[in-house]
Amino acid sequence: MIHESNLLSLLIILPLLGAVMIGFMPRNDDWGRRITLAFTLLVFAISLPLWYLFDTSSHEMQFVTRVPWIPAFNINYAVGVDGISVLLVLLTTLIAPMCVLCSWKAIDSRVKEYMIAILVMEAMLIGVFVALDLFLFFVFWEAELIPMFLIIGVWGGQRRVYAALKFFLYTMLGSLPMLVAVLALYFTGGETFDIQTLSQGTYSETFQFWVFWAFFLAFAIKVPMFPFHTWLPDAHVEAPTAGSVMLASVMLKLGTYGFLRFSLPITPDASQAFASVVVILSLIAIIWGSYMALVQTDLKKLVAYSSVGHMGFVTLGIFVFNTQGIEGAILQMINHGITTGALFLMVGMIYERTHSRLISDCGGLRMTVPIYVTLMAIFSFASFGLPGTNAFVGEFLVMVGTFKSSILAGAIALGGVVLTVAYMLWMLQRLVWGENTRKDDVVVTDMNSREIATLLPLLVLVFWIGFHPQPFLDRMRASVAHLVSEMSSVRDARHIEGLNDATLPQILERRPPHAAMANTVAVNRTFADSCRALPCQISNRDRNQTL
Amino acid sequence: METLISIKPLLAVLVSAIAAVLVMLSYKQPNLREGWSIGAGVIKFLIVISMTPAVLSGVVIQYTVFKILPGVELAFKVDGIGLLFATTSSFLWIITTVYSMGYMRTLEEHAQTRYYTCFAIALSSAMGVAFAGNLFTLFFFYEILSLCTLPLVIHNEAAKDWDAGRKYLLYLVGASSSILLGAIILTYTLTGSLEFSKAGMFAGLTATTFSGMEISTLLTVMYFMFLYGFAKAGLMPMHNWLPSAMVAPTPVSALLHAVAVVKVGAFCIVRLVTDVFGISLMQDLSLGDYTAIIASITILASSAYALTQDNLKMRLAYSTVSQLSYIVLGVSLLTVSGITGGIIHIVNHAFTKITLFFCAGSIYVAAHKTNISEMSGIARKMPWTIAAFTIGSLSIIGVPLFAGFITKWNLAIGTIETKSWMLLAVILTSSLLNVAYFAPVVYKAVFGTPPADGHEGISEAPKKVVIPLLITAVGTVVLGIFPDHFLNLIKVSIL
Repeated sequence: MIHESNLLSLLIILPLLGAVMIGFMPRNDDWGRRITLAFTLLVFAISLPLWYLFDTSSHEMQFVTRVPWIPAFNINYAVGVDGISVLLVLLTTLIAPMCVLCSWKAIDSRVKEYMIAILVMEAMLIGVFVALDLFLFFVFWEAELIPMFLIIGVWGGQRRVYAALKFFLYTMLGSLPMLVAVLALYFTGGETFDIQTLSQGTYSETFQFWVFWAFFLAFAIKVPMFPFHTWLPDAHVEAPTAGSVMLASVMLKLGTYGFLRFSLPITPDASQAFASVVVILSLIAIIWGSYMALVQTDLKKLVAYSSVGHMGFVTLGIFVFNTQGIEGAILQMINHGITTGALFLMVGMIYERTHSRLISDCGGLRMTVPIYVTLMAIFSFASFGLPGTNAFVGEFLVMVGTFKSSILAGAIALGGVVLTVAYMLWMLQRLVWGENTRKDDVVVTDMNSREIATLLPLLVLVFWIGFHPQPFLDRMRASVAHLVSEMSSVRDARHIEGLNDATLPQILERRPPHAAMANTVAVNRTFADSCRALPCQISNRDRNQTL
Repeated sequence: METLISIKPLLAVLVSAIAAVLVMLSYKQPNLREGWSIGAGVIKFLIVISMTPAVLSGVVIQYTVFKILPGVELAFKVDGIGLLFATTSSFLWIITTVYSMGYMRTLEEHAQTRYYTCFAIALSSAMGVAFAGNLFTLFFFYEILSLCTLPLVIHNEAAKDWDAGRKYLLYLVGASSSILLGAIILTYTLTGSLEFSKAGMFAGLTATTFSGMEISTLLTVMYFMFLYGFAKAGLMPMHNWLPSAMVAPTPVSALLHAVAVVKVGAFCIVRLVTDVFGISLMQDLSLGDYTAIIASITILASSAYALTQDNLKMRLAYSTVSQLSYIVLGVSLLTVSGITGGIIHIVNHAFTKITLFFCAGSIYVAAHKTNISEMSGIARKMPWTIAAFTIGSLSIIGVPLFAGFITKWNLAIGTIETKSWMLLAVILTSSLLNVAYFAPVVYKAVFGTPPADGHEGISEAPKKVVIPLLITAVGTVVLGIFPDHFLNLIKVSIL
């Protein structure tokens, strides 16, 4: 029996083990596919206890493992999940087998290397979500780029090299300031990379300002938020189906996850101060992304731009700082993974048949392919948030959170909802009833059992979350409540006159004691210790000198 | 108020959804396919009327299917008003299915399986709206209804059908997914619940401002978001989709664009006034007055539009827009007589207008004529159809012994009670306009000189078309003479 605390490490090691195994195996495409599928399914099976054994009443990290890695720099191999990350880990393990299944026929060159890339990517993505050590997080964050870069650059479409480079450069551009911020936090926060310890520290406003924007750039590019979104359509269009699915369903969530894990807890004052900027950028992303989706003639580009709009809802929900907003944002992260993943899978299926992504070349399907058309309709409806589907619940919560914060922002976001309905329905209309301009020799057959099996879990989730989202919300509730109370205590503290001049102990006295602090995982130094190690007041100049 | 937990409302909704699947599966056997529709219609009607005794005794039947979020549930609640609407639409579905068989088969229409499937889903959604226990359930079925009726509107798939379809979605889904959804979310944000309440959903609200806005201003804005968000009710200027939707086959116009879809809109506005805002809040914010003005303008203006139409279905469509506003006008009076008059018009207008549309379809099937100017003297060839049309016209005009009279009587009393003389004038003027746009049709058909060919080769439409329209015509008279059943249903739920 696997011990609970080893579960997460197993999720990272197993795919890597699979990759090594395939690497040393003689080249055999069929077995390569089968072994990869077996490993991803095994990982999914092993991740299921995360769902059942997760303690929903606690906001603490669970399934924690902590092993010293580089003691000289106080770097640990530390992994664990809380209500914010547990669902994302499960989403990753669910999506990975689908990526293998949808590449079964589509990838016929260098299958071995492709499968290795998929497995490595899965391991790295899980690693990002479960890392509790900032250094470890950064390693996974960077490492996950490489397999994705290869998947786009090697197995992609015609402009694959351009798209892969653009993707790589954009993301690296964001990573560099983040690296600086990581180091700054290490030195300022008492020479520790422990994310929880860092989250409980309190930093001067100027320090928060720099760290916030450094992290923001990295996360905003990843989400991607307007105006950093231009790499996304290129990457999606050129990537093979599995790449698009992995990218949309999981990788985009790294950015929003980063906001929740780092920006809000570590730099709460700066997050509060710049919330309006992020909200405005989110609203622009919602409107602009949806508007761009409306004018696309390329199916994949349409879904790619729809991602920009949908992720705008997620960042909007995060930066209104209330329970509904953040719960909605996390749920919407999962929902987007489900519906957009499904839409990319379906676009890939039609591409395999028509070898074109243009709507006009795939159009006029009518009822010749009833299963395909029905599923496409359901996932499109889910994408624009028809009541009864998963996205409705997520968007509803985000909108309630937004209205609580600003009626105007809510009204603008509603405009995005209408655009989403418009482009999805129009796409469906052209696909189902549009003019049929396919070449005569192109025969579109209905989905085979492998393809149906790929989509079935996503279909179940669409309605499960749509009608009964409580199990999902239960898992995030405690963590979100904790995060929101932290944020609101900061907001209260900000109202106290002369906060900027206050010394750290003074501010600490005003903040409610951390329940988490008492039994935080066994770190060498306690919270109080690390606070004492801090200079009481760090001015901008001092910090610059430190750097 | 007593409540009873029963699965019946869910079953009433599901029956036609299941029928939709069976219809799809039996696409190769038209008789079996239509058999499913009729069978489901009969079962649905029986389930609905089996709830009548309980509801008449003042019991509210409830059933919760899913709890989605705190205060957001997929839940049914059957009260008198909902039952009235459900009884009407489930009964008329049976009749319309028979009519459809005659109409679609005589004209050898394509895509009949799609047609019957969408029809069945539409009926499920209408039932869902009728029995909705909260705003979420109402919105859920409202959206499905918009989407599943689109394939019916674009049935012929010509360019003009697509234009109409686009307009249909733009108005209905555009309004519902922006301002209606916004209003629902704001309601939830303010109250933390979407549950209907006779006292008004905002009754417990203590705050005076929200996000820097006066609560009363916000509520007024929200009321108009709801009012126009329910674009299916066709209040001007959100009415234009309805005349466009007339490109659909006539049975669709008859059941959906005279009964199910548009009445869902009007029904939602009734719920808005009685169960969302509640009478006292409506009075406090003078929302009834604004609504009455909008409804009056719609009544008069669309009657005037109707006068100018030569196409019979278009004339009926504008007439429908105007008649829907009777329902809105009635509830906006906020008195028992007014609300009764408004709600009873859901039934009265349903039977009346479906008869008129059936007649238009019958003339099209038998004579392929759509314009009033071509129908001179056609009564000699199609006596039953024109007789039924005459009954329908008299009912719309509001002649005693016909269904429409009950409506106008109650509405007029309502306006007198509230001393709204202008509104009384509106009702009377509109009756004159009704005469002006229906009398010439009947006159021309009966006394007009037939064209040179004397309507050669035209005879009465097939039995499957004529019998349904005679049944609904008789229904119109019966409702005019014995309105008690439905009046009682209204009484238990608004008093």
